[in-house]
Amino acid sequence: MDTHYTATAKLLHWLIALMIFGMLGFGFYMTGLDLSPTKLELYSWHKWAGVTVFLLVLVRLAWRIGHRPPALPAHMPAIERLAAHAGHHLLYLLMLAIPLSGWLMSSAKGFQTVWFGVLPLPDLLAKDKALGNLLETVHVALNFTLIAVLLGHVGAALKHHFIDRDDVLTRMLPRRRG
Amino acid sequence: MKRIALALLASFAFAATTAHAVEYGEVQPDKSRIAFDYQQMGVAMQGTFGKFASALRFDPAAPQTASARIEVELASVDTGSEEGDDEVARKTWFDTKGFPVARFESSTVKPLGGNQYEVAGKLTIKGTTKDVVVPATFTPQGGSGVFEGALTIRRGDFSIGEGAWKAFDVVANDVVIRFRITAAAR
Repeated sequence: MDTHYTATAKLLHWLIALMIFGMLGFGFYMTGLDLSPTKLELYSWHKWAGVTVFLLVLVRLAWRIGHRPPALPAHMPAIERLAAHAGHHLLYLLMLAIPLSGWLMSSAKGFQTVWFGVLPLPDLLAKDKALGNLLETVHVALNFTLIAVLLGHVGAALKHHFIDRDDVLTRMLPRRRG
Repeated sequence: MKRIALALLASFAFAATTAHAVEYGEVQPDKSRIAFDYQQMGVAMQGTFGKFASALRFDPAAPQTASARIEVELASVDTGSEEGDDEVARKTWFDTKGFPVARFESSTVKPLGGNQYEVAGKLTIKGTTKDVVVPATFTPQGGSGVFEGALTIRRGDFSIGEGAWKAFDVVANDVVIRFRITAAAR
């Protein structure tokens, strides 16, 4: 069995990783701005990027279902395997829940999301200030959870690479030629 | 005696003229609404003005004699978000301190047939007055009448949104003002 992830899985992983880090910084930056045309533009781009990440995650999930990832190294104890699976499930869950909460928050606050200014997403919630504020709290809390899980994810990858010296990190990297 | 008879006669005559001329003019604020539609980053947004005063006279039998005057308290704006409400009160938008009221005053009312009318008048916002023509409908409803209509204005014409907001790429130039004013017959 191949010890590497498929090229598609790698591409999706790194593309989404890049977007998530970008979006986290973007999100914290834009919310601190005073209202200006730039702020409104940034919010729109944030929403458009969020919808894009959501769709990419769906593609990734579909790919993941059809393509079994390489097995975890044999040396891993049961507790580490459990942690790895739980962590990955949580990441997928958050990658879907965060854009969803953002979309719903936007609806509840009375701002429809129109993807790239072209494709209007339906407003599943009617305008409701209290609900909008609640969903904002949920969106922020989910993002802090994501940051915590990502720290664990990156930490685990580095531990595998530098301490366990196995292929868990490298199998998600481009293949070396030769 | 003669004087009383004259007074009676006069009041009969008055009653006669008012009997066939139902005039709508008692505005019912709780059944009236002024809203506006605008586009922000390609997204349709809606706002309202909570406070406005209107004085109108409308006799369906003699629409030409009708008149309307509407004064909107700009500080009562609800743009859809608190941040937006604070923003539009500023000098670059409505400048509600300098120009607290927006005013529409009709000059002529032209019946277009059916329940359709064309109300021409002057719209003043932020110190700028423009001639506007407002298409409106009138629908009698029990003892009162409902006036409805919409008018598209360009915010740039009234310097609403200056400085950084002057470009129309983020907040569009066109703003649709929609009104529904209910007035009881007097």
